[in-house]
Amino acid sequence: MSKKFLMGNEAIAMGAIHAGVNVVCGYPGTPSTEILETIAKENNGEIYVEWSVNEKAALEVGAGAAYSGARTLVTMKQVGLNVASDPLMSLAYVGVKGGMVIVSADDPGPISSQTEQDTRHFGQFSKLPVFDPASPEEAYQMIQDAFTYSEEYGTPVLFRPTTRICHACVPVNMTDTPYVNKPEGFIKDTMRWVIFPRTSYLNHIKIEKRNQKLSQVFSHYRLNAIEGSGTKGIATGGVSYAYVKEALKDAPTNVRLLKVATPHPFPEELAMKFLQGLDEVIVIEELDPVIEKELIFLCGKNGIKLTIKGKLSHHVQNAGENTVESVKEVLSSFLGLAYEKPKAQQTPPLPVRPPVLCAGCPHRASFYAVKQAVKGQRAVFSGDIGCYTLGNAKPLDMVDTCLCMGADVTIAQGIHRVEPDTINFAFIGDSTFFASGMTGVVNAVYNNTDIILVVLDNSTTAMTGHQPHPGTGKTMMGDIVNKVDIEKILLAVGVTRVVKADPLDLTQAINAVKSVTAVKGVKAIIFKSPCVAVTKPSQQYAVDKEKCINCKRCIKELGCPAVVIKDNKAYIEPSLCFGCSICSQVCPVNAITKGGNHNG
Amino acid sequence: MANNCLLCGVGGQGTVLASKLIAAAAMNNGLQVKTAETIGMAQRGGCVVSHVRIGYDVYSPLIPLESADVLIAFEPAEAVRCLPYLKNDGVVIVSQKAVKPVTASLTGDTYNGDEMLAYLKEHITSLTIVDADTICKELGSAKVMNVVLLGAAAQSNALGVTKADLEKAIQDRLPQRFHEINIKALNAVQ
Repeated sequence: MSKKFLMGNEAIAMGAIHAGVNVVCGYPGTPSTEILETIAKENNGEIYVEWSVNEKAALEVGAGAAYSGARTLVTMKQVGLNVASDPLMSLAYVGVKGGMVIVSADDPGPISSQTEQDTRHFGQFSKLPVFDPASPEEAYQMIQDAFTYSEEYGTPVLFRPTTRICHACVPVNMTDTPYVNKPEGFIKDTMRWVIFPRTSYLNHIKIEKRNQKLSQVFSHYRLNAIEGSGTKGIATGGVSYAYVKEALKDAPTNVRLLKVATPHPFPEELAMKFLQGLDEVIVIEELDPVIEKELIFLCGKNGIKLTIKGKLSHHVQNAGENTVESVKEVLSSFLGLAYEKPKAQQTPPLPVRPPVLCAGCPHRASFYAVKQAVKGQRAVFSGDIGCYTLGNAKPLDMVDTCLCMGADVTIAQGIHRVEPDTINFAFIGDSTFFASGMTGVVNAVYNNTDIILVVLDNSTTAMTGHQPHPGTGKTMMGDIVNKVDIEKILLAVGVTRVVKADPLDLTQAINAVKSVTAVKGVKAIIFKSPCVAVTKPSQQYAVDKEKCINCKRCIKELGCPAVVIKDNKAYIEPSLCFGCSICSQVCPVNAITKGGNHNG
Repeated sequence: MANNCLLCGVGGQGTVLASKLIAAAAMNNGLQVKTAETIGMAQRGGCVVSHVRIGYDVYSPLIPLESADVLIAFEPAEAVRCLPYLKNDGVVIVSQKAVKPVTASLTGDTYNGDEMLAYLKEHITSLTIVDADTICKELGSAKVMNVVLLGAAAQSNALGVTKADLEKAIQDRLPQRFHEINIKALNAVQ
């Protein structure tokens, strides 16, 4: 045994490595990203690791590897599982040979996601087993169990950590004797690997039987447990288990606790034992009332007359994440304990610190160029997922819609069908373009739409922490490969005109936009300039106090965090300026010029 | 016996490394540790909070409200924002230099920190205001502000680890060329 201080995602990664994982694929997404990155970092060369182009591709690559006997890990955030749901639903019927674990990280809050969806439902919907760790230590062990169950039952399994598990750090005891898996290779077997209606019918029967058995097996799984005794019961799972334990720490009351580590198939036998002799139950869980509904179902099925309280009965909040306080308040009322709500303090008004595009971010320049080019004309700006969603903030105000990965291209087409005379812009980042933007462009070309695609190419996946993608020419195995060229793709699918421009040269950028607005069909502008977070700053800029007329144009037009007002003049904070020069290009009196080297 | 330490500041100030040093020091002493970070959508310029929990009988990775023994604030307004986490008799270590929101010029926000420091003086008995900015200038690097504040917190005896423990953690965790300046920073507040 060796002990290491690990983040939850690192614990999951180390657990997978120690379970003998052979192939790892995924797409970046908070809070799941560090799992794949850790495996790539700790890789001794025996494991194949890739950032796939999107979650569907990742899951299918993983399936092929698992058909061939490899132990396979696929990682994504919860909304990524929506993208991968097509292969997921069918793979559930086909099954696997090598153990296959699909990590889908949920994000109660949500803290950095579009939705508060619950991956446990995907388990029920696809009929796949779900593992739900209550702590990083447990996640390390549980992912190894997940591989074992997956292989034993020939089925992919879902592993569902939440943000507070993914990003918490604890000391983890790690094994000195990791499992080693030698893949057998792909054995041809049409009846097994080709999905047909007839085989799916037969597999459906097997799956229902298997899940009945798994429900029993999980009733004896060591991480599902009943603790304590009493006539009042609390059922919980995931990080909420930690909150319940913390909330009850100083409470003298006798309660019986059910901890659910496998929400699907639900461990019915264990849950029945828990329910036996209880007067009342409350369920503490995040996102949807999954455990709560299972318990209500069990009561109905077995004719047990018992009140199950939770989200459905409005005893527990039904949106947002749980906290020790929220759990304490609910449990105190349930158990009849005194509870004093923490007092709200009357503080002076606190400064608001909203997320903004970084100083020097090329997206700011691109948005500004488009805004200037179409001034006075009716235009709609469809945006997408990434740092550039922040282009919606004032003063840019350049993101009118944002739905899901790749939707900018297609939303713009829908708006065009209703407003043919409006100029419709679709803004998409380079990684998002590869992930799910390309099909939307083909749709636009095929259906003869008028839109202007604006590719914000900063040569990285910036929002999730700078992962490589097909356009970067680098892989997670450290190989240097051919860059997939966005311009060539656009020309090949028949985009009418493709222009490239440096967004940091405002005149060039504005002219590029103007050159395509009057052209019919699908047009594209590629604004190429690297992300400032991964490049060295160039020479920085300074304001000549004598020349500055305090018109505040640089501030009001651009909203760059490096430009502030000092002594009634514009001032550029040297530690923040990256030398993008956009402010110098908008200054009407040429008061901003290159000045000194970056010293931040 | 548990020690809860909350560190808060603005993205880029080094709160996360400071929390890792406390955790390493506690682990060296054979203690159990849990840490967690809450970071918003964008790290630059946003609020960052790190939770460090030392000791047994600790379950939640996040510190419950009114439970922090010590609050290490890298910025006055962030100290005030996180006060709900502080115990009744908890210790506050705060850097006196205000960091304006990056949108201040745009929104006309005139925040300068004085009001926050006055509020802290009025409400906190065990308060240490550190001129970390000046200390860092003397030491020659703005990057050691986190360790200056850690030293001040260890001085208060509420941290659960000592300066000697932290010094060892610095030696274990940081590249050698940063040892001298960080150890000076650790002992800057006496």
